[in-house]
This record gives sequence, structure tokens and C-alpha cells, in this order.
Amino acid sequence: MIIRFALNGEEKEIEAAPDRRVVDLLREDLGLTGTKEACGTGECGACTILVDGAARLSCLMLAIQLDRRSITTIEGVGSMEALHPVQEAFVEKGAVQCGFCTPGMVLASMDLLREHPAPTREEIRKGLAGNLCRCTGYQKIVDALEAAASHLAEKRGKP
Amino acid sequence: MDAMHDDPYLTKVRGWDGPAGGAPEVGTSFPRADAWSKVTGAEKYAADYYGQDLIWAGAKRAGVPHARVKAVHVEEARRMPGVAAVLTHKDVKGTNRQGVVRKDQPVLVDDKVRHCGDAVALVLAEDRETLKRALEQVAPDLEPLPGVFDPEDALRPDAPLLHEDHADGNLLFKADLEAGEGVKGFSACDVEVEHDFQTPWQEHAYLETEVGWARVEEDGTLVIVASTQTPFRDRSEAADALGLDIERVRVVAPFPGGAFGGKDGITVQTLLGLAALHAGGRPVKMWWDREESFAAGTKRHPARLHYRLGATKDGILKALQVYLLLDTGPYDHLGGVVMTLALEHAGGPYRIPNTSLSARCAYTNNPIGGAFRAFGVAQAAGAMEQMMDLLARRLAMDPIEIRLRNVLRKGDRTPIGVSLQHSIGMEECLSALKRHPLYLEREKWKAGAGPFKRRGAGAAAVMLGIGYGPVVPDVANAKVRLTRKGRIRVYSGVVDMGQGNAATCFQIAGSILSQTPDTLELVLPDTERTLPSGSAAASRTTYTFGNALIGACQALKQRILEKAADLLMAASAEEMVMEPGMVRHPVSGRDVPLARLAAFMAEPERTVTHRFRAPTAPDGIPVSEEVRIHGLGHTVFSYAAHLACVEVDELTGEVDVRRYLSVSDCGRVINPQAYEQQIQGSVAQGLGYAVMEDFKVRDGQVETRDLSTYILPTAMDVPDVDVVAVQTHETTGPFGLKGVGEIGTSGPVPAIANAVADAVGVRLSRWPLTDERVLEAMQGMEALISGKDEHRRYDIR
Repeated sequence: MIIRFALNGEEKEIEAAPDRRVVDLLREDLGLTGTKEACGTGECGACTILVDGAARLSCLMLAIQLDRRSITTIEGVGSMEALHPVQEAFVEKGAVQCGFCTPGMVLASMDLLREHPAPTREEIRKGLAGNLCRCTGYQKIVDALEAAASHLAEKRGKP
Repeated sequence: MDAMHDDPYLTKVRGWDGPAGGAPEVGTSFPRADAWSKVTGAEKYAADYYGQDLIWAGAKRAGVPHARVKAVHVEEARRMPGVAAVLTHKDVKGTNRQGVVRKDQPVLVDDKVRHCGDAVALVLAEDRETLKRALEQVAPDLEPLPGVFDPEDALRPDAPLLHEDHADGNLLFKADLEAGEGVKGFSACDVEVEHDFQTPWQEHAYLETEVGWARVEEDGTLVIVASTQTPFRDRSEAADALGLDIERVRVVAPFPGGAFGGKDGITVQTLLGLAALHAGGRPVKMWWDREESFAAGTKRHPARLHYRLGATKDGILKALQVYLLLDTGPYDHLGGVVMTLALEHAGGPYRIPNTSLSARCAYTNNPIGGAFRAFGVAQAAGAMEQMMDLLARRLAMDPIEIRLRNVLRKGDRTPIGVSLQHSIGMEECLSALKRHPLYLEREKWKAGAGPFKRRGAGAAAVMLGIGYGPVVPDVANAKVRLTRKGRIRVYSGVVDMGQGNAATCFQIAGSILSQTPDTLELVLPDTERTLPSGSAAASRTTYTFGNALIGACQALKQRILEKAADLLMAASAEEMVMEPGMVRHPVSGRDVPLARLAAFMAEPERTVTHRFRAPTAPDGIPVSEEVRIHGLGHTVFSYAAHLACVEVDELTGEVDVRRYLSVSDCGRVINPQAYEQQIQGSVAQGLGYAVMEDFKVRDGQVETRDLSTYILPTAMDVPDVDVVAVQTHETTGPFGLKGVGEIGTSGPVPAIANAVADAVGVRLSRWPLTDERVLEAMQGMEALISGKDEHRRYDIR
């Protein structure tokens, strides 16, 4: 069937089986391999994407659920030359190790900061509990979110 | 020469994606060069290789733990539309065996199935859906054999044999060591404590499961891109197993999405190679799903440990007797090496003059035991450091004080008898722990526990040997080139699975050659382009490869300075100074850009290699050559003291690790951010091992098959870890450093178990300390205290 949706700000019209997993559609059909798959059962958060701004697991979503939605994958967040403040904080604070959880972690963080613009460390930990990381012990990810939150607040404060 | 291998699809020269900045300084935090590509999703992992006309490969797993293979019926599957090939052991033209030490693991089983995860057939299909259906159609005809699921049962004379050709039956390997007077040392002891421990499997649970991609090139080269820690060893293993000339095999190793030891050795590589040989030049991809990864991948070896520790009434250790039994599952993999390392570290970082240490490693039909961060050490330290607290309790001594009285100092002999001549910061680690606010305020913190909560604090002291040990050469070969464009390119021979050595390469090259990061380049391990440098394991990558890289960078610098001196007609190279992008001659005020200098040099002149071999223990210890080959003993060690503060829920038994301190001696810290990453991450893995990661196997069948039943620590479970560095200077290390990759892993189990004992008065004989176990133990203790329990089932503290 024909599915129409916005992908990283660009209107898309694609032909796909309605029951194709979104993670496969992104990675295999559209070549967007920044979205990772690590469990396939909605436990780890590596495949997180934003659907109308909210964090969703693309391994549990079917193509038909994309219809008329606005999707953001990691490729649509920032470029290497112009990182999003969350990405910048991840780099600066050392929140990246093997990096396989990182795209999902960045997108989940963006959703978290949208809901809680000035989160406590406890709120950050709670908000990211659905995203597993096996390398960092999470501490530097929490540091990064704190830094990103204050950076974003500063930006908002500017006239 | 390089150009012909510059297929950007396979491997690329990586530059610096961040802001230019100044030349990186050793000793200051420096972001990893791969942070930008990882945070934007641009980094290409082995999992991200696809390509035109891709074929999917998958293995049919046996599903039974022990059986004789009568036949493997593949006809049905072969006939299915969309199936390109179905292969069995008959299609394997080489030895069909793989393994690091003893090559006892078939690529595709021939005579026997030895565990549920064995591969019996390999299917190639046009898409994943067809692959899945075709795998269901493969019908192995298996005659069940009685299985062995307990390492003690495995060593009984009547046990069914795993490998009929192995002279020692199900005993893979054993070692017995005695130092001083051995068990006679107990006669000089005033007190003795004795305890048994049982440790679980631990699953690596890297987010990127085992994955790779392979293709036979037009010139006949088999290219394997794999998520691996060991590209050079993989290459020779795959060539032997598949019957190929090693020259025909090329292994490319992108950044793995986590590895932790689980990708130290073959996972998908040979199966992928075999598939590619039958794919008519089309690319082939194999990607294990989580369930397959749990069933077929390696785990931390479960161990049984019997400890007997004796001391004087002043708490001076006099004698130690240990018996270790490891379950390696059906294959050696690294079982013998893990066992040997456990034996070497069994006595912890202490002077114990009389020791009697024995270890056995048994074959069973359980999942495969393998390398896992701090292998062997995590099991041994988990037991030994609980023994130290039991002893302290018996003597009514402070747990830190008793450790301080016995810690190893320079010149002392380790519990296996190696005399220590390198940097030792164990005492400083414990002293720094004692001075830390988390320690000083612990009693006050404990008193603040809420209703139905009890708090406790516990410590542990650990050490970890760096590198391979005395026989297997711990060698790295670095290659550095001044490119035609005047940039510095490092060819890394060791895999960076997240520990950050790619960043360290930039830091070392940039600081020695005075170059800013934007003029540095990196080539990741690739058997065609970089030089063999051993595995990314044993806390050795920066220690060994870093030393090689320093040598290469210094030699390249000298060459550049000499060439510049000639070009600018300076009196000597000593008058020349390297600066970002150029060489300057301060005497004349002239300079020459590196790009211009490079134009006057042919490629061989612009390329420098340097080899480094790590030092080994100076004095021989009386063990067989075979035990030495398995890595005993080491000479350079990292050390650490850990403090865990836990809160136990009296109603549920839940252990909540609330505060954590790690003080480590890993020599000089060259990148504080990377150092903290290693410690915090390894503590989190140790915490999971201590309280929640419960890998369940029943009769050889894995019962925890996904991440909803095998519970990993989340951001809610790991507290902020206070990371302190005691920076000794290790003269043999690059810039004075020692390995930091593993030392943090073995502290959490004993520190947390000691804290739980402090909080609620129970000490369990096995970990993880799950809610159920802790609750049951607390109830058992209550029954014991009230006289209702006739048998002494639980030790009190």
C-alpha cells in the first residue's frame, strides 16, 4: 500500500507492506541505518524514533502506523557540522562509548527534555529507564542531559 | 599500494569531525574521534552493511543439548523458492573446527551435537522471512545422548563424554599450584574461615548482537566484515576451518556495538565465510537475534569456589587453600585461560606466604563459557573479598584495616609466588577510600534508612593482570604515515569496541607530532591495511598498542625533522621544530608545510612501523609449560578499592545500590574522561552481575531468552559512581599508564555482598543477590535465630 508521512521534515510517499516493521523499512528500504535494532521486542530502546515528537519503538511499529505522521530519525536531528544541543552534550560529556544505544538515547532524551525542560537527575534516570546502555553505566548520559537542558534553557531565554 | 584497497564501502580513512582545537595533550580529557559519527547515526557498524543483491544467511540451531547426528535433511528447505543454498558440514572443505586454544568447536556439526546452540546447517535465502521459514524446514535427525549439566557430575568417571577424543575425558584443563608451605601453613594460623561460593553465567548483552557481512570479490578474496575483537585471529581461524589460503581471506573490523569479551573469537565469521563461498559473489549478511545470541554466544563461566583462609590473631594472612571448578560448556573457547587467570587472582592483592590453589575446568552440555571482561578475576575476587570480610568479622577487625595489613607492596610475592617489580598502588587505593566522604559518612548515612529499609556499606580490594602473560607474545605493531596531503594517519591494529582507544591513538599521535586533531586520520583494524596487534582484550589495547604507537610516532617525527632539515638546509634535525601542519626552523625563521614535505618523500619513506612486546614476569614459578601457555603469571597489574553503600528492602529483599566509590591505580591517566567511562561502565556491569543478571539454564536449555527475562541494569539501577584515580607511574606503560578496561568489573560483587551482610546480616553462597534470594536468606536467618531452623542453612555474616 501507499504510505504518506513526513520523514525528517521531508514529505515521503512510499510503497510498503502495511505490516512491514518500521525499523526494517527505515534501515533496509530507506537506508537510514542510524536507527539501530538490538532486541526486536521493545525492551532496549535502541530503535527509538520520534513520532510527532514522542519517542516510539520502531521495532514494535508497523509501516501502516506511519501514515500521515511526522517522523524524526537520528539522521534528522543534527549533522556532524551542526549538532543538536543534545548531541553536542553527548559528545562533550563523554556519553558515547560503543555508540550502538546512542541514536535511540539521543531521541529519547529529546522527548524527555520536551516533557521536562529542567529535569532533576532522578527524573532523567526515570525518563531514560527504557533505553539500555551496556557501556557507560548511564552517569555521563545523565550528565549530558543536565548540560543539554541548561543549554536549551539558555537558548530559550535569549530574545 | 593503499589505493587498491581503498574501497570506501569496506573501510574508510577516518578524519576528525569535531572542531579543530589545539594539539591534544596527554593527561587532559579528549573526546573520542568517533563521538560525532556515533551521535549522528552516521557511524557504520558491521550491522549496517547491506548492499545490492544481499543474501541473508542463518544457522539452524540444534535445540537439544547432546545428540549423535544421524542425518541432516535439507531437501525440503533447498526446494523452497527464494532459498539460495542449504549447507551442512559436508560443504566445509577445511578442518571444520574452530577455537582459540583447543580447536574443538565445529563450524557446522558433523558427528555430534554438544549444546543447544550448535549449528547443524546454514541456510542462504533472498530475504529474512524466507530464511526463517527455510530454517524451520531443515530437519536434523538426532539421536539423543544423555547430557551432562553439572561440572561436578561431568568429572565423575561414569559421566557421558563430550569429546571422545579428549584424553582427559570431560576435564578440559587443570592446574595445581603451591607456594610456601602450602596447606601446612594453616598450622601457624590462629583462626580459619571457610566458605563455598557458586557463581552464575553472565551474558554480555552487548546491544549489537553477533553480526557480519561477507562477499567473495572478483579476484577471489573472501572479505568478512564482522563485529569482532580479534580480526587477525579470526582470519587464520576462518581460513583453516574453511580450507582457504590465508592470503585469500581479509577481515575488516568496524567499531563493534559492544563486545566485552563476547566477540573475542569466532561468532559469525566462519559461517559467513562459508555462506559467501556459496553465494556467487553476492554479499551475505548474518545477524543473530537476541535469542540466538543468548543460546549460541559465549557467557562468563559459572564457577564453584571452595575457600579456606587462615590468619594470625592480628589479622596477618598466613595460609590460603582454594579449589575452583569452572563450567566451560561444550568447548574450550578460552576456558583454560579463564581458569588459569582465576587461579592466579584467587588470593587477591595480598601477601599470603602459604597457598595451595587448585583449579579444574569441565566440559558440559551447557552454553559456551568464554571471555567476559575481567574473566576469571571477577569470579575469584567475588569469593576472596567476601572471605576477607568473614575473616575480619571473626577477628572483630575493621574490614579496611585487615586489608591494609596484608596488601601487596613492591617486591612482595603474589599468592602464586610472582615477585612484583612494577607499580603497585593498592595501599594508596585503600587509604584514599578511607579518606573519602562516602566512607567517612557511611555510619551517618546508614542511620538514615527509612521504614522497612536497612542500609549497609561494604568494601573490596582487587587486582588485575595486564596482557597475555608469559608465553603467548603480547605484541602490537603500529603503523603511522605522513600522507601526501601532509596529514598524520594512524593504522590501528586493535579493535575499539567502545573503550576509546581510537581517541587515545589521536591523542598520542597528536601530542608527539604536535598536530591538531583535524590533521589526524585513523584507519580501523583491517587485515589488509593495518598490522597484527593481538586481541582487544586483557586490558592491553592502550598499554601494548599505545607503546607501539609511541615508538612509531617518535620515529616518524625524527624522519620528518631530518627531511625538513635537509630541505631547509638547516645544520641538523635538532634545530627543527614540529608545529601544527608544518616544520619550523626557528634559527632562520623559515618553515615548510607538511604537505610540501610529503611531496619530497616516497610512500615507504612516509610510513613507519614499530613493534612493542610487553614485559613478562621475571622469575619462573614452578608450574608446567602448559599452564604458563594459558597465561600464568602476570607482572604488571592494575589495582582498585571499591566501596558500595546499599539499601535492602526488608519486605521484598531488593538490594538497591545507592552510593558507590571506585578508587583505582591504573597508572597515569592520559584521558580522564575515557578513564571515568571505563570505570563507571565496568562498575555497572559488575553491579548487574552482583544483584540482577540471572542467566538461567535448565538441562542445557537457556530459559532466559530475551531482555525481559534477563534483567540488565537501567539508568534507575546504577547510582552515580565516584571515580578516583591513584596515579602511580608505570615505567613500562605508555606515558606511565596501565590498563583500565577491566579492573572495575570485579569489585562490585564482593563490595555489594559485603554491604548486604553489613545491612541485614546474611551472606549468600551464590550471586546474583536477587530479591528472592536475599528475602529467603533473611527469613532463613530469622528462623535460625528463633531456633526454628534445625539446619544451619545460612552463615550469619
